[in-house]
Order: sequence, then C-alpha cells, then structure tokens
Amino acid sequence: MHISLTVNGKSVQADVAPEELLSDLLRERLGLTGTHVGCDTSQCGACVVHVDGRSVKSCTVLAVALQGSTVTSIEAVASAAGLHPMQKAFHENHGLQCGFCTPGMVMSALDYAARNPDPSAESVRHWLEGNFCRCTGYQNIVAAILAGAAAMSERAKELGK
Amino acid sequence: MTSSTGIGASLLRKEDQRFLMGRGNYVSDIKRPGMTMGAFLRSPHAHARILAIRSDAALAMPGVLAVLTGEDLRADGVGGLPCAWPVTGKGGAPTKEPTHPPLAQDKVRHVGDPVAFIIAESLLQARNAAEAVEVDYEALPAVGGVLEAIKPGAPAVFEDIPDNVCVDWELGDKAATDAAFQGAAHVARISLVNNRLVGNPMEPRAAIGEYDSSREHYTLWTTSQFPHIVKLLMGNFVLGIAQHKLRVVSPDVGGGFGVKQFHYAEEALVTWGSRRVGRPVKWVAERSEGFISDAHGRDHVTEAEMALSEDGHFLGLRVRTIANMGGYLSTFGPNIPTNLYGPLLAGVYTTPAIYCEVKAVFTNTVPVDAYRGAGRPEATFVLERLVDVAAAELGIDRAEIRRRNMIPPGAYPYQTPVMMEYDSGDPGGCLAKALLKADWDGFAQRKGQSAARGKLRGIGLCTYVEACGLAPSRIAASLGVRGGLFESAAVRVHPTGEVTVLMGSHNHGQGHETTFAQIASELLGIPADKVEIVFGDTDRVQFGLGTYGSRSLAVGGSALVKATNKVITKGKKIAAHMFEAAEADIEFKDGSFTVAGTDRHKPFAEIALSAHFPVNFPLETLEPGLEEQAFYDPVNFTFPCGAHIAELEIDPETGTVELLSYIAVDDIGTVINPMIVEGQIVGGIVQGIGQALYEDCIYDQESGQLLSGSFMDYCLPRADNFPLISVETNITACTHNPLGSKGCGELGTIGSPATVINAVVDALSHLGVNHVDMPATPNRLWRIIANAGAAPVVP
Repeated sequence: MHISLTVNGKSVQADVAPEELLSDLLRERLGLTGTHVGCDTSQCGACVVHVDGRSVKSCTVLAVALQGSTVTSIEAVASAAGLHPMQKAFHENHGLQCGFCTPGMVMSALDYAARNPDPSAESVRHWLEGNFCRCTGYQNIVAAILAGAAAMSERAKELGK
Repeated sequence: MTSSTGIGASLLRKEDQRFLMGRGNYVSDIKRPGMTMGAFLRSPHAHARILAIRSDAALAMPGVLAVLTGEDLRADGVGGLPCAWPVTGKGGAPTKEPTHPPLAQDKVRHVGDPVAFIIAESLLQARNAAEAVEVDYEALPAVGGVLEAIKPGAPAVFEDIPDNVCVDWELGDKAATDAAFQGAAHVARISLVNNRLVGNPMEPRAAIGEYDSSREHYTLWTTSQFPHIVKLLMGNFVLGIAQHKLRVVSPDVGGGFGVKQFHYAEEALVTWGSRRVGRPVKWVAERSEGFISDAHGRDHVTEAEMALSEDGHFLGLRVRTIANMGGYLSTFGPNIPTNLYGPLLAGVYTTPAIYCEVKAVFTNTVPVDAYRGAGRPEATFVLERLVDVAAAELGIDRAEIRRRNMIPPGAYPYQTPVMMEYDSGDPGGCLAKALLKADWDGFAQRKGQSAARGKLRGIGLCTYVEACGLAPSRIAASLGVRGGLFESAAVRVHPTGEVTVLMGSHNHGQGHETTFAQIASELLGIPADKVEIVFGDTDRVQFGLGTYGSRSLAVGGSALVKATNKVITKGKKIAAHMFEAAEADIEFKDGSFTVAGTDRHKPFAEIALSAHFPVNFPLETLEPGLEEQAFYDPVNFTFPCGAHIAELEIDPETGTVELLSYIAVDDIGTVINPMIVEGQIVGGIVQGIGQALYEDCIYDQESGQLLSGSFMDYCLPRADNFPLISVETNITACTHNPLGSKGCGELGTIGSPATVINAVVDALSHLGVNHVDMPATPNRLWRIIANAGAAPVVP
C-alpha cells in the first residue's frame, strides 16, 4: 500500500506491506537505525518515536496507519547547534551506559517534559513504566529527565521573552 | 592529578554523543552488500529424538537459499561448541563434556535447541520457510530442574551420562569441618534456592557472517564481550578456520552482563552459512528467542549449615549445592558454581573450617553459565542468609555477629580456608559507615511508625567479598581454564602527540572509552580528548581476552599503565638525546620531559614528532616511532568487599514490598571516574534487587517447558520499583596491580539479593519466618503471611 508521510522533516513516499511496522520502516527502509528494537511484546520502549508529537512504540504501529502523519525519531532531536537540552541532560547526568535503550528513553522523556509542567521524580518513574533499562538502575535517567525538563522549560521562558 | 581529565575526575563520558544522537553502531544496524537473512527453527520439545527433517517444501518457497540441519554440519565436519573451563571433580574425576552441536543432531535437549537454520533473501521469507520445515520428533521424558535430574531413574539428558551428573566437585577440608561441627554449641541450618535468571541485556544478540571467496577469508560481526575468544573458539574448534583467515568484530554492544561472553551456536552458523550460500548472512534474535537461546544464570538448590560457639563465633561451614548446567555445557558453565562459588563462602569472616560440595547436573533446559556476579552472588546469598539465621537463633544483633567474626584490618593479606588469599580490604569500615548512614540503631522507632500505618517494616544487612579481576593465568589454569586470562593494551602515539589506545577489553556500557582515556591522560599529561580508545575488532586490536569478571580496569587498565610507561621510557631516551643529557636525568611530569634540576623541557608532542621525524634522534640505538604494547597477567584476583543495608515495608494485605532505602558502602580500590563507578554500582544493585524481588525464570519441572519466556512473564525491574540508592566508598588499594583498583561491575548483584531478602525476613520474623526464597513476590509473601494466621501487625 502506498503511503506518504513526513519523517524527521522530510517527505517520504513508500509502498509498504500490510504487516510492515513503523520500526521496520525506519530501520530497514530509511536506514534510521537509531530507533532500536529490544523486545517483541511492546514493553521495553527502546523503539519509542514521536508520531504527530506524541511518543509511541514504533514496534507496535503499522506503517499503513501513518498516511499523512509526522514522525520524529532520535536522529532529528539534535540540531546544528548541538545536542537538545534533554540529550545534554542525559550526558551530564550519566543517564546512559550501553546506549541501547537511550534513544527510546530520550524520545519518551521529551514527551514527558511536554506533558508535565510540574515534573517530579515520582512521576518520571511512573512515566518510565514502558521503558526498560538494564544498565543504569534508572537513577541517573530520572535525574537526567528532571534536569532536561527544567532546561527545556528555561529555554521556553527565554524564547518567550 | 596532572590534568583535569586524569584519574579521579568525574569526566563526562566520551562515548555518549553517538548514542544520544542515535548513531551507535550495533550489529543489528549493520547492512552488508548482498546480505541475506537467517532464521532458526527451534525445538518446541524439552527432550525428543529427531526422527526426520523434511525441508523440501521450505526450500521451494520464494527467496529461500538454504535450509541447514545438524546433518549438514556433520557432512561439513563442523565441530561442537567447546567448553573452555571444565573443572576437576572428587577423586580427580573430569567434567563430563558431551558434544554440543551448533544444530541439534539426533536429539534435542531443551526448548529452543536449534534444529534448522534457514537462509533467505528476506527475514519474512526465512521465517515463513522455517514454519514449513517438517520435523518428526519422538518426544522423550524430560527433566526440568535439578531436583528432578538427580532422582533415581530420572530421564538421562545424555544416554551415556545416566545419572545426569556433569561433575561432582568439592572444596575445603572435610575432616576439619566435621570436627568443627562436633561439639559446636549451636548449628544453624538453611535450605534455599537461588532462582534461575535470564540476563536480558537490552540489545538482543545478533550476528552477521561474511565469506570472501577471493581471499578465502571470513568476517563475523557479533554482539560479544570477547571477540578474540570467539575467534579462537569458533575458528579453531568449531569451523576449522585458520586464525589469520578470520576477523571478528564486536562494535557497539548493548549490554552484556555475562550473557554475551560465551561462544554461541548462531555465531558459527552465520559464518558457516555465509560460505554455504556465498553471501553475507545476518541473524538478529527476537527477545522471546533470546529467552530460549541466551545462556541463563544462577539456578542452585542448596543446603547449608554453620557451626557456632555459644557467643556466636563461626566455627565451621558446610555447604551442599546442586547446580544446573542445562542441556549442554556453555563456554564457562562448570566453572561458575564451583571455582567462582566455593572460594567465596569464606566471605569477610574468619571461619576456620569450610567444606563445600557441588553437584553440577544436566537438565533439559537452556545452558546455564555466568551472569553478572557469576557464582559470587550465590555464595554471598548462602553465607549471609545463614549468618542472619544464626544471629536470630542465638539472639545476637545481626551487625554485632558480623563484627565479631570479621577479618580484622591488620590481618591482611588473609588466607582463607578455601583457596583465596585476600590482599586487602576494610569490610569493618564499610559496615560501620553503612550502619551509621542507615541509622541502624534507630530502626525500632521507624518500625513502630510503619506498624501504626499497618505495614510490616524490615531492615536487612549483608557484607560480601568477591574475587574478580579475572585472573592470574597460572592459578586459573590450575583450576581448569583452557587459556590465558591476561589482558593487552597498545598505545599508539601519533606524530602530532594525540594517542590511540587499542584495548583487549571490550566496552559495552562500562564507560571504558572515558575511563581508559583518563588513565592515559593522567600518565601522559595530555587531555583525555586527545586520546581515542579502540576495541572490539580482532583486525585492529592485538589479542586480548575481553570483558567479564570485573576485569577490565584491574587487568586491562594495568596493561594500559604498562604500555604507557613503555612509551614514557622511550620518550625519555629520545629527550635525553635531544638535550644531550643522561637518560637517568630525564624526568617526565605534567606532559613534559625535563632535565632534572633545570628548566630545560620538551612537551610530549615534540618528542612524539621527533620519534616520527627522526633527525635529531638516536637512530643508532633506538628505533623510530612511538608505539608500545603490553600484556598484563595479574598475580592474584582482586577482592572488592563491602556492606549493604536495605529498609523496606511489606503490605500484609497484598504482600507487596516497597523498598524505602538502600545504602551501599564498598571497598573497590582506586577509583578512576567516580561518576561512572556510581553508575555501575547502582545499576548492579538494581539488577540484584531484580533477582530478590521480581525476576524468576520458571521451567515446568516435569515437561521442561519454559513458563516465563517473554517480558510479559519475566518481570524486569522498572523505574518505579526503586527509591534513591545511596552509594559510598571506603577504599583500600589493591596491593598487587599498578592502579590499586579492584573492580566494581558485579558487586551490586553480589550484595543486594541477600541484603533485600534479609530485610524481607526481618519484616516477617514475628511470624516465625526465617527464610523466604527469591523472588519475594507479592504472591509468595502474601501466602506466607496468610499461612501464618490472621497476620496481625506486630511492631
């Protein structure tokens, strides 16, 4: 089936099979291998991307459902100016070890920050129910998301001035 | 510290950038020209005879290039997967090492045993074809657990091993231990299970094989913690590929935890398959495939008893363990419940007599091997549970009984009765710090507050010692290992003074690209961003042994110190020539070569340039260039130790555990990067708490069917399961390596299971509970509480 959508700001036309997953579209067809697949039961969250601004597990989304959608994956988070404040926060808080869960964590964290004007460690921990990390014990990921959310809110204030 | 990026700095990680931008290079990300895809048909039976395999229909399907079976392996003379660390049993009996074919031959021995390997143009085609392969099985009775395996008349996993015993091993002085029990004032006893675990690194295993007929050369990309060992084992023992015709690459690897330190069937099959079809072959495990093909961990059933004097002094320890090997021997299988277990039963105590027997048995389950901690968490769990039982029975405070039996600070080096000589350690200091931090003495009041809210509060304590920094080659060889356990480093100085370091250690989350750069930065007096760390490619890096057993810093880091010091020594010779001074008068400090007592100096980069542009250079006595290599073989293991304390509440209505605090104080030797060390320790603790409270790999004991084969059934720890974990250090330096470092990667999984279960038991002690098996799930705890009666909450 033919679909047209926007991926990381670029227009994409694709003939996709009915069973083709968004994660496969990104990884196999578009070469966007930053989106990882860590399980087959839609639980680990390594594959989280944004569809129309909301975080979704791309291993659970059929590509055919994406006609007209806007998809953002980890590759589009940093800008020419450098890392996004959330990525920077993961770096500065040692919020990653092996790096495999990291893209999904960052994408999930961005959605958390967008939806939670008043972040807290507790709500971050609950938010991460669908994101597994086997290395960090989550502690520094939580710290990173709080720091990243604070930096994003600061930046928004700066831009608002 | 000679630079702000040297030893002791919490330098932010150099490797983060690519992972944060989605530009990691994992095996599953790699595409090769003309690449085909592989899929496995795996056994649905735990134990069955293969009567026939019909692959004609599958072969006729679109895109299918090959359907390979155990018979094809036979025809091509492909060997079995070797065991690299057998051990010697009682009376000198060898470990039984039945053949482990990469694809099942004649019989399948566990659910997931690979039966056919299908190669096709696309993954979907390969998977569809796998479903079209017809296999006639004759199902056989299976053994799903160790207690089933040792029953008289139990089905034999291997026909020529009728009792299923792989090796019956012992350690320690039996007579002296028996004597210690005779006449002891008190004997404490415990029976326990160390639950089977699935390591589950977030990146599933993957491999790509590529055969280049023009060079008769093979390349294997694999998610391995030790590419050089895969190259040696697979090339030499399985496929018969000469070492100079084989390259193994392990690029970014998404977590290992031991699961990726074995040579697996799939590695050999993609490599062999690539020659069969003449094109690259890729295989990526699905998570549920990982559950039935990754080696599992732990899985012990143990009875232990401790003899004590009236005042609580440990007199003797007797331990009998049955350990699961699974349906075949994995690479290090027999070594884990023996050499990495028995010698750790001394803990940090002065117990004079210890005797340990371990029966390692075959079952119809996935092979069992090292998983983060590997033998040492099991030993710590036995010992520290038993100490708590003894303390309760004798009415002695749990901290006090540990203090009373602890190796005193002045007693190091300390020879235990079970093989090990601890070079250094301050477990008493760790314990004191942890007790203070946890406000151990104020617990009764907090328990009362919890009781007022209807909650059962418990506090638990554990000390531990681990043997890591694997390993002194000569000692390890005497314990059975078939290979060296040194590590290698090469320091390549570029003409302009930047440095590339090639490490035999493999980085898969540990932060090596930063830590090793800090060591080079410290020694050479150059910023860490002038140092690049290279690993994971047998064509780029000299032979090395890889990453496992918390060895990378203590052994690999020591090799790096050695190689760097060779660079400095050569630099001094060059500088002496340039200054027309005696070599003995040249000092190297803060990145400069100086003539002692003068202000004449040359920066490191100038010496590097001179080595590559050798005009003013002692060519008559010295080779140009500035690149040195070193191999470091440690003289002993390293012995991190520490004390952990957990406090928790149990809801008696639901059996749910809420962890309230976790405090770790560890003696890990010299710390290179405190931020990375804290990350390693917290991550390990959470993984260990996973074992204590959540994770359980369950086989049906009679059918051998895996009942917890996905993340739906196997409970991985989640972010909201944990409070803030407090990590502190209490350092004594390792006395026998140049850095003084001991290791920190595994202590979390070693200390935390016993700590948490001791706290759970403490919370339930008013019900007469003296042990709870892991994982302490709500279901298990609720039943214990319900069976104890009406479950009144007693402060």
